[in-house]
Amino acid sequence: MVLLSVEDLHVTFSHRGRRELRAVDGVSFQVEPGATVGLVGESGCGKSVTSLAIMGLLPPRGAHVKGAVRFDGEDLLQLPPAQLRALRGRELAMVFQDPQTSLNPVLTIGRQVTEVLERHRGLRGDEAKREAAALLDRVGIPDAGRRLKDYPHQLSGGMRQRVMIAIALACKPRLLIADEPTTALDVTIQAQILELLKELVADTGTALVMITHDLGVVAGLCDEVHVMYSGRIVESADRRGLFGAPRHPYTTGLLASVPRLDSPRGVPLRPIPGSPRDTLAWAEGCAFAPRCTRRVEACTTTAPDLVVDAVTRHPVRCYNPWPPGGEPVATSERKKRLT
Amino acid sequence: MLKFVVRRLLLLVPILVGLSILVFAWVRALPGGPEAALLGERATPERVAQVRHEFGLDRPLYEQYASYIGKVVQGDFGQSIKTTRPVLDDIQTKFPATIELALAALLFAVLLGIPLGFLAARRYQTWVDNSSLVGSLLGISVPVFFLAYLLKYVFAVKLNWLPSTGRLDAIRDVAHPTGFYTLDAVLTRDWGAFTDAVRHLVLPGIALGTIPLAIVTRITRAAVLEVTNEDYVRTAEAKGLTRRVVNGRHVLRNAMLPVATVVGLQTGLLLSGAVLTEIVFAWPGMGSWLYEATFNRDFPVLEGGILFLAVVFVLVNLLVDISYGVLDPRIRLQGR
Repeated sequence: MVLLSVEDLHVTFSHRGRRELRAVDGVSFQVEPGATVGLVGESGCGKSVTSLAIMGLLPPRGAHVKGAVRFDGEDLLQLPPAQLRALRGRELAMVFQDPQTSLNPVLTIGRQVTEVLERHRGLRGDEAKREAAALLDRVGIPDAGRRLKDYPHQLSGGMRQRVMIAIALACKPRLLIADEPTTALDVTIQAQILELLKELVADTGTALVMITHDLGVVAGLCDEVHVMYSGRIVESADRRGLFGAPRHPYTTGLLASVPRLDSPRGVPLRPIPGSPRDTLAWAEGCAFAPRCTRRVEACTTTAPDLVVDAVTRHPVRCYNPWPPGGEPVATSERKKRLT
Repeated sequence: MLKFVVRRLLLLVPILVGLSILVFAWVRALPGGPEAALLGERATPERVAQVRHEFGLDRPLYEQYASYIGKVVQGDFGQSIKTTRPVLDDIQTKFPATIELALAALLFAVLLGIPLGFLAARRYQTWVDNSSLVGSLLGISVPVFFLAYLLKYVFAVKLNWLPSTGRLDAIRDVAHPTGFYTLDAVLTRDWGAFTDAVRHLVLPGIALGTIPLAIVTRITRAAVLEVTNEDYVRTAEAKGLTRRVVNGRHVLRNAMLPVATVVGLQTGLLLSGAVLTEIVFAWPGMGSWLYEATFNRDFPVLEGGILFLAVVFVLVNLLVDISYGVLDPRIRLQGR
């Protein structure tokens, strides 16, 4: 039984008089109950927009969403707004990137936790406060009972993100979307927050969609990974498949550009050349072609389809993928490290 | 917090000293003096000199100022040259009238402006938004006296719906323990007088409240538009809160910060006397009182009245600053 099924999702933004922008261009993927799925890509590849579209949080004006987002078999995109509101926060929840700005500065932490409990679990007054304190305690906030009266600016970034997680998991949702939950945090805090998320979703049986540009996060957390580029998925694999036998040049580029402490001194970092803005429209070929080192002639005429690779048995959108094991960074070494 | 209030109150001292000198110099720089207003054009030079001597106007300016300030410090603002009533007594009857009118205008501006601004922001770039923009521009640009006469002409003279002058019908005899007629009527349970007092407030309230209404509407709209794009509003939406809770608790509460600033500044302005409105509607408040005093060159009234209003203005602004802390916890905690 599939929990979430995103089917051929398209999101275009149009603003009066300006060219319309395709942020998400036919994305499909599925999430099993309790699974952890990663959406990986550079800034602007459409991963955040995908998550907002799933939650129904895109601005009603200007954003056009097509396709289907089936949650438990029901298409969220067709749901009346009031019903979607009733689901949000209870069945599907979200943790955002920047805990500095994601909490309301003029309400106490306690109020921001209890309002979800009031809305979806019908708790009131002291009962709600006790439950809020228990939730904050659960996410590792010391002295949770007293913290309820604090305002967001009195908490550190890591603590604020813990509060966000407590809010998101307050109703034990079946799906949690975490949109770069650690990007705005100190490196030491990042690991703590990831560990907390991992532990909590395992405890509650919540499925997690992890949106990130950080392959380290994916390696530590995700069962399954979708790599996105310019609004489309270019490679999908389970964790082992992705790190063990990456096929798409963009995926290998991402892997090669991760700085490593154990690489010999003097070996330069290898970023992907160009920037995500140097793309081709998918209508004219492969969007990654202008930056690709393995470009062939077909790449700039028609876009490749996402086809299941005969060898590795995972879908890749490329005419000239790296042969399994033949990509530029020593695979055997990475395999050793990641498995 | 206490420290903050005390510091602000201490700041009043230099403000008042400076202002008292300015006002003192200014009223004496007006051509003509109280003697002309009292005695008329055909007064003999001897009589004029006698009156000037009586009021001490023949002494050097610095001497006059010193003796004036000496009395003010003891709480004696002198008495009106024209009516011989103590200035403080007059303030006691005039100021409540001004407060009542200012509150009516503010109520009109806030109760209408915040919902209108909110609606305009929610219907961003639709006809609702556009017509609120046009309306606000009109509201800001129409001269107050013109609007006042227009309202008076249409609703009092032509339609005869509302009274056009004063605070109460002349035939009414009501006790005034506080000087706030609406409050007095409630206290004495005189409901006829209450409706009458409210009816008298409607037209001048609207005339005086139109500019603040336009400003409050625009500021609310801008603030709501800004807050709507904040991450925490998205968080509130992601929590699945009802639209009412998202708008009320998350959007409006944050949008109220800039609105409070503007309302506070407007309150200060409104309380310092709505001269034009008070004159058109014969409203016996500070504005028309000072206006009259200017024509009579009634030095003690002008000096006392203006100093009093300056204190009110500063105190209102202090209250506004304190109210920030109530609305925004970040400011409250820094103040400690």
